[in-house]
Amino acid sequence: MVISLEVLNPGPLALVEDLGRPGFAHIGVGRSGAADRRSHRLANRLVANPEDLATLEITLGGFAARVRGGGVWLAVTGAGAQPAIDGIPFGLNAVHFIEEGQVLSVGSPASGLRNYLAVRGGFAVPPVLGSRSSDTLSGIGPPPLRAGDVLPVGRPSGDLPGVDHAPVSPVAAARADLRVIPGPRDDWFADPGALARTEWVVSERSDRVGVRLAGTPLQHRWPDRQLPSEGAGRGAIQVPPNGQPVILGPDHPVTGGYPVIGVLVDADTDTVAQLRPGQSVRLRWEQAGIAAAAQSGW
Amino acid sequence: MTQPSIRDYGDRGLMIECGSTTEVLALADALRSARLPMVEDIVAGARTVLVHLGAPGLQASVRSALADIHPNDSHSIEQSEVVIDVVYDGTDLAEVGAAVGMDVEGIVQAHTGTRWRVGFGGFTPGFAYLIGGDERLVVPRRSEPRTRVPAGAVALAGEFSGIYPRESPGGWQLIGRTAATLWDIGRSPPALLTPGMWVKFRAVDPW
Repeated sequence: MVISLEVLNPGPLALVEDLGRPGFAHIGVGRSGAADRRSHRLANRLVANPEDLATLEITLGGFAARVRGGGVWLAVTGAGAQPAIDGIPFGLNAVHFIEEGQVLSVGSPASGLRNYLAVRGGFAVPPVLGSRSSDTLSGIGPPPLRAGDVLPVGRPSGDLPGVDHAPVSPVAAARADLRVIPGPRDDWFADPGALARTEWVVSERSDRVGVRLAGTPLQHRWPDRQLPSEGAGRGAIQVPPNGQPVILGPDHPVTGGYPVIGVLVDADTDTVAQLRPGQSVRLRWEQAGIAAAAQSGW
Repeated sequence: MTQPSIRDYGDRGLMIECGSTTEVLALADALRSARLPMVEDIVAGARTVLVHLGAPGLQASVRSALADIHPNDSHSIEQSEVVIDVVYDGTDLAEVGAAVGMDVEGIVQAHTGTRWRVGFGGFTPGFAYLIGGDERLVVPRRSEPRTRVPAGAVALAGEFSGIYPRESPGGWQLIGRTAATLWDIGRSPPALLTPGMWVKFRAVDPW
């Protein structure tokens, strides 16, 4: 008997994600994958899955699903939301067993944006180009979840869960401080130091393609000069002509023509996945050399 | 490689500058053939190759490895050729003609007269930036991009030609249309055009 999860309510956006499909840039296909990889990996570890099995990425809660065909171990990680089984709350970042016929729900988070639901065995939807990740820009991979979708659970491998609870700091609602390594196109800006001096605010117009920051526009050194298309990466801070930075997310286009003033330290890209519209962000140059130059008015 | 400019791209990437897209094509191919274990993806651009690494902290060792990579000579890069049938009735033909000083017939002959080559992919699945065509066909992008360019549109921008695999916004100059399927997720391989392939355009009557 195949165990499955029947989606009762997907909430604002629920997607199947794993660690993505690297290696297809040459045909214009981006890596995609879980926006908060740290939370995705933790959810899988808690249910003794390999890290690259598919989880459900649940944005702003509102999610409910019923287990069919048998019981399964599960875990919910990520944003400050309240998960429950048949209405009875249970803890984030801990493994629980849900019985056949019971309903799992994940409420709206008080802080953060995205939760990750892992089940032991993973979600065994058909992979596309080697991955089960939903790429919201290109449409490659499983479509966004809808009520009535039935997601098969894979056969578990490995030992029964050994860790039952992981001590994880809660996702913060306060200002986020993110570290940026300068370049490759910081020289395209009149005053790159302004990136670190500005208090940015996360815009509503943010999604898996990119997080848009609002604040005093950054000035391009040569406003009419076009940058030849070049490769881009997750965590890169691209600045279009309007001077409002965009932090590229997992579903960013493979190449782009706007200069990248700096790229977030890899570990901080998972923090970006939990930023809410209206949240404040400070960006900090990671190398001492640039920070000193900015202070001296370069 | 002789003294290429290599910049850190965050803590998990390296961006290599090249003098031309032809150089990019050769370097990207050499990097792919080298199969460096720390390299997770190689993203070619018009004048750059971006190398994504498997984890932070590997940049120094990959920089050393890059010193031993020599861009391949052409016989190890993709060499196959595809013919693309085009109806040359694009909306921007007259404007392109005015910009380059040729009539429609002249544009068609220039576009079909020499082979183009896939320099790199990007922008959207199945989209290929074609290089090496007739030098007279260099035109700027449109000042205002269109919100909808039809699937199969054949276009020019800067030094490149390209074909839109599906309907999308776009700022390139439209000179024609093709019925060829540039991208099909169910096909193996899904992309019709991959880096290094030669492309010959052929003018056909409307179907």
